[in-house]
Amino acid sequence: MQHPTVRSKPARSRFMQFWKDYGWAYLFIAAPVVLFFVFTLYPVVSAFLMSFQKYNVLKSKWVGLDNYKLMFNDDVFWKSLKNTVIFTVGTVPVNIAITFVLAFFIFQMRQSWQTFFKASLYLPAVASGVTVSLVWLAIFDPTPVGLMNRALSLFGIDPVIWLGQSSTALFSLMLMSYLGAHGSGIILYLAAMGGIPKSLYEAADIDHASGWTKFSKITWPLLKPTTLYLAVTGVITSFQVFISVYLMTQGGPNFATTTIAYLIYQTAFVFYDFGVASAQSFVLAALIVVVSVIQFKYFSSDIEY
Amino acid sequence: MNVKTKWWIIGPMAAVLMFWVLITVIPLYWMVIGSFQDSSASASFKPQMLPEVWSIAPYERFFMKTKALRWLFNSLFVSAVLTVTNLFFASLAGYAFAKLKFPGRTTIFWVLLSTMMIPAQVTLIPLYVLVINIFDLADTYTAIILPAVVSVGNVFLMKQYMSTLPTSLIHAARIDACSEFGIYWKIILPMAKPGLAVLAIFTFVAHWNDFFWPLLVTRSDEMRTIQVGLASFRFAESTDFGAIMAGATVGALPMFILFFALQRYFLQGITIGAVKG
Repeated sequence: MQHPTVRSKPARSRFMQFWKDYGWAYLFIAAPVVLFFVFTLYPVVSAFLMSFQKYNVLKSKWVGLDNYKLMFNDDVFWKSLKNTVIFTVGTVPVNIAITFVLAFFIFQMRQSWQTFFKASLYLPAVASGVTVSLVWLAIFDPTPVGLMNRALSLFGIDPVIWLGQSSTALFSLMLMSYLGAHGSGIILYLAAMGGIPKSLYEAADIDHASGWTKFSKITWPLLKPTTLYLAVTGVITSFQVFISVYLMTQGGPNFATTTIAYLIYQTAFVFYDFGVASAQSFVLAALIVVVSVIQFKYFSSDIEY
Repeated sequence: MNVKTKWWIIGPMAAVLMFWVLITVIPLYWMVIGSFQDSSASASFKPQMLPEVWSIAPYERFFMKTKALRWLFNSLFVSAVLTVTNLFFASLAGYAFAKLKFPGRTTIFWVLLSTMMIPAQVTLIPLYVLVINIFDLADTYTAIILPAVVSVGNVFLMKQYMSTLPTSLIHAARIDACSEFGIYWKIILPMAKPGLAVLAIFTFVAHWNDFFWPLLVTRSDEMRTIQVGLASFRFAESTDFGAIMAGATVGALPMFILFFALQRYFLQGITIGAVKG
């Protein structure tokens, strides 16, 4: 009613023209955009509000910063943070190193052997986290019958209660990650190694550069984007490690393997304290953002050549 | 590749690689071989690397005590539906982002992409409240499927792939008065087949292996996916080594078969979306 009728006609035809030009495009992207609003944006905003509420299905109560206070005063929260950091720092660099060495070795092989190694090292990646956890649960069997203990007995070492004592439980989960699937990282490194121009190495040969110089001045710097990608995705996944904890240790013994993701699960779906769980999840998100930014800064600072 | 490298360098490298292959494959071997050894046969049972007595009793127990066939069907159904919806919606949106011009294209794309940084734990609780309490979908296929109908990662993958397709054909079709959807359906989709195959395989495997979300939204034994079912079996029968290994094998076998059949797509597909980003 605000608009005079005289003006509405060109406005409408303008809209019709706009719709004719771009309507299809907006229809084509409609599904992911709708999903973004309903299943990402709304939940993020809602989780943020929830972290300041005592949640109740019927009527939530505003409690200010109480959830955050509760969280920061909880010893288990700090323990889970510590475990998550230890797990991440202990696995991501080691796994990248393993991946890099394996890829570097494979790169020296003939084409047919490359395919064999790529395929067989990728194999565990198609098994689910549940399957892998169940198998490793059996491998870490605390009795002398367990596969890991039998391997130790070859060296005359007594059986270890891998997952059953707090001194070795977290390390056992880390060990399982070292011996797990490195296939996709290897494939990414191999693709990047194949992309390094041969002429660079030839030029280095002319200058009588040593093998180490070629590695440190050509190979490693040119592979940095791949290393960065693996570092960022590696940190994000290991910050969220859950399935192995849920199936193998339930966070124990004595919270030795309670990670932040497992704590969030427990707070939300065992104790049904959605407010505190939301607060915890924002700490996790903040950690991931901060660490990702640091990694980008560190890796991109000397990437110019 | 590197022809000049000497055998005495290649040899030790190959040995290290073979050793690591062994380490990687042993757990899977242990799973399969363990599933054929009956742990309930005697009190002093000890699983062997090469069993003297082979038994299918663990499989019988696993299928007798659980609704494993139903779980397998649930996983197959959910993964198949999600593969189809992701293929369709991700290729459609990927095409629009790569080849069509419209106001807000870049902004919308980057807003969508940035959501990949948000850890699942943040959206999880409101998502749970939305699907369970507001939409009232607890224990349904819809609850498992709905939030994953099309993933941002797949849209990104498709956009990357569509950018490499020639634009000239699209212009020719437009002159021939093909509708925009017609162009997508008749010209873009056939050209994008290799990319679509990769997307289909990875989406199917990811949802077959998905655990956390189905765990939260399913209630009854009938509605569990194979992964959630396996987890419940692990807690119910925690001492039956053979049967748990049998279950783990049953859950992983379809993916191993898929991998061996479509190995090429698996190994090439990984590089499509990752590095270019």
